[in-house]
Amino acid sequence: MATRTIRQEWPRTAEDAAGMLRSCAEDAICVRIAGAGTKPWGHPGADCALHLHTGGLNAIVEHNAGDLTAELQPGVTLGELDATLAPAGQMLALDAPLGSGDGATVGGAIAAGDSGPLRHRYGAPRDLVLGVSVALSDGTVARAGGKVIKNVAGYDLAKLFCGSFGTLGLIAEVAVRLHPRPRALATATATTDDPVELAAAASALAHSSLELQSLDVRWRSSLGMVLARFGGVAATQRAAAAQQLLARAGVQAAVVEDDEPLWAAQRAAQRSAEGGAVVRVSGRPSQLADACIAAQVGGASLVGRAGLGLSWISLPAAAPGELVTSIARIRKVLAPSPCVVLDAPVQVRTHLDPWDLPEDAALVLMRRVKARFDPTSTCNPAIFAGGI
Amino acid sequence: MCGYPASAVPAVVVNPSHPPIDTPTHAPLTPRLIERMRARCGSEHVYTDADQLRTYESDGLLQYRARPGVVVLPGSAAEVRDVVRACSDAGVPWVARGAGSGLSGGALPVEEGVLIALTRMRAVLEVDLPNQRIVVQPGVTNSEISAAVGPTHFYPPDPSSQIVCSIGGNVAENSGGAHCFKYGFTTNYVTGLEIVLADGSVVTLGGKELDHPGYDLLGTFVGSEGTLGICTSVTLRVIPVPEAIKTMVAFFETTSQAGETVSEIVSGGVIPGAIEMMDQLTIQAAEQAVGAGFPTDVGAALIIELDGSLAECDACFEDVVAICERNGSLSIRIARDEADRALIWRTRKAAFAAMGRIANNYYVQDGVIPRTKLPEVLEQITALSERYGMRVANVFHAGDGNLHPLVLYDGESEAQRAEELAGEIVQACVDAGGSITGEHGVGVDKKRYMPSMFAEPDLAAFQMLRCAFDPRGLANPGKVMPTPRLCGEVPGPYRRHPLERDGVAERF
Repeated sequence: MATRTIRQEWPRTAEDAAGMLRSCAEDAICVRIAGAGTKPWGHPGADCALHLHTGGLNAIVEHNAGDLTAELQPGVTLGELDATLAPAGQMLALDAPLGSGDGATVGGAIAAGDSGPLRHRYGAPRDLVLGVSVALSDGTVARAGGKVIKNVAGYDLAKLFCGSFGTLGLIAEVAVRLHPRPRALATATATTDDPVELAAAASALAHSSLELQSLDVRWRSSLGMVLARFGGVAATQRAAAAQQLLARAGVQAAVVEDDEPLWAAQRAAQRSAEGGAVVRVSGRPSQLADACIAAQVGGASLVGRAGLGLSWISLPAAAPGELVTSIARIRKVLAPSPCVVLDAPVQVRTHLDPWDLPEDAALVLMRRVKARFDPTSTCNPAIFAGGI
Repeated sequence: MCGYPASAVPAVVVNPSHPPIDTPTHAPLTPRLIERMRARCGSEHVYTDADQLRTYESDGLLQYRARPGVVVLPGSAAEVRDVVRACSDAGVPWVARGAGSGLSGGALPVEEGVLIALTRMRAVLEVDLPNQRIVVQPGVTNSEISAAVGPTHFYPPDPSSQIVCSIGGNVAENSGGAHCFKYGFTTNYVTGLEIVLADGSVVTLGGKELDHPGYDLLGTFVGSEGTLGICTSVTLRVIPVPEAIKTMVAFFETTSQAGETVSEIVSGGVIPGAIEMMDQLTIQAAEQAVGAGFPTDVGAALIIELDGSLAECDACFEDVVAICERNGSLSIRIARDEADRALIWRTRKAAFAAMGRIANNYYVQDGVIPRTKLPEVLEQITALSERYGMRVANVFHAGDGNLHPLVLYDGESEAQRAEELAGEIVQACVDAGGSITGEHGVGVDKKRYMPSMFAEPDLAAFQMLRCAFDPRGLANPGKVMPTPRLCGEVPGPYRRHPLERDGVAERF
């Protein structure tokens, strides 16, 4: 058997990237597209002779402070971007985990649809991206959307590419909406050992008019915590109001002003330790207690965006076979909520379908979309939902 | 904003750039197809009389009209599916229509084609407040949604036409409104859709949960202007009503001062619930209509509404007042109570209709610019207004740079020039880095401007999406894309011949 050599490329322009994709399409070579590679999720996929990295596309093209927008190349890291925007008192409200070496890139977070606790208030990448330029396998660079925060001209291909895991093409540039950094932050927290009480406390906050910036829960070793973060001039006052609301709901609460470590821990818990696995549950807020119980039964821990119904169940390191069994059990208990496997050893992602997407009409339509955008199946083949 | 022009009915312009669609994939309407619709939906819900059809010739943009061959009003998702399937079998193109209040001709019928009106599908299917969701049929009006989840919750996107416009139309157009700078657009609130594709297949996208695995076809469908299919059920996120709302109007000598005020408020970290600007001409017209007591000799009025937690509103309100004063505000009026607040908003929302008091006709433009470009684009609009010798009144969603210049004109003879002037304004928006439409959509009216914003590869990528959903181009043909395009088969994987690859042979 011939040894396969893998070529590594770092295109420096969108046109370069499109040219490489086209050339591979013509030669029937598939391409793995990645940012820093901090999110090796999905099916293991095909072995590809070319690996395309976005590290050469790493410029902050424009920061329009007065308009609260920016144009970014995909290889800019989230950390770098934050450091650039901070002096202007602004931020990209995308606080996804930064991964190993704090390497997570803007393009990677967007392509994976990843997010952090700020999602409660500001939405997912799809809600922050105003426009995209994408390199396609037919060699063209196509643009959609714009760089203004309101725009309905043309199809919203930016949403199509958010969360598409590079299977339609390479995101070569994005225009994003920025937000002012809150002038002050404060968090109200409460703990309880009863998952139902935890869910009720979170629900009371989700239905309040306090305008939370983040609303998270965690469940670990039979103990739960709800965390409500406030940003703004009156952050501390509002956290105190949340504390009272929690007290009325029957849980003892506290206000934490130096709250960053709490939230760093929430973000970190969206990733697994080496040899473990993370399952992202797309549930409903009313099912939060069930998700906590499902995690506890398997010796796992959970962090959740309580107001959104999203949870990340983290399974501790175990043999791949055991992880597969645990994941199957979680899926069974929480069905029909989609349970997508994120971090997991490759054996696990080979053995089960990480995507948990039934064969239905939506999947047929997704395959048709893939066939139109990447008819040669050049870009990241076989890693995505439905084997796309 | 898809406001229905209440007075001031513009003259009809039959635009020569929009010939009837005639593509090889389309077949003419047949009596047999009409019969199938009658059998499925009931004869009383299938219109073919000229008088009945006339009602559906135009949507809110009266410059365009086209007579459909038949109008069908299905009463259920299953009926929609069967009507679409029948059209697919016959190869006849169709257009979906909600309340018909859109302002870009998005629901303009195909001449002699099928028009599917969703007005009978007005049921609220489920209110799930514990999960902050509501499930509705497409014909439910925007206002009915907030009413169904009140008083504790509300649905933020609020186009000016919210009393009449339907959620199906909002989904098609990705409608915004006055509060979207803070709260976002329709697309940020749709979590699930049931759609019927042009081949009659039914697809469920998303649900009450977020982040369903696979492509975000939900986000792709919202704002696709009825060209990718029809939605028959919409699941929406709703949110708690704000604890406090504080509304004020600041008056300035110039629009530039008002614009500078907006920038300073936002860059200071305050995101108002709404921030709307009216220029002098607009104030004068609206004041005549409403009589709210706005001074008519000022250059600009800036309506600022803060909402959210009481503590936050109180803390920010003084800052905002200080910023207004620092930027030279002549006077500030703070809404004393709910009635006063309603009066201020009535003045703003009357702006379009009030133009009828100062001109016979007007043409509403909908462009977007980066907010910081406001002064220079306004100067250009003033210069254009002088060059054409036509008055232009300006209303803006100032937070997100969405301009609604209203080009005023008198006789029908001026209609063409008014449209030309409006076209130059759109070009100025694009040149400033903005967009040809912020919320009214492309429809038929703006498709000719698409090439000023998008290059050929961009349009080709749009067409890829269209072809994945509707390869025969049966759904709302002739909209969005500047020129008609066909889909063709999915290209097979083209492989370079080994000799070619090795440079031995070339392909000519």
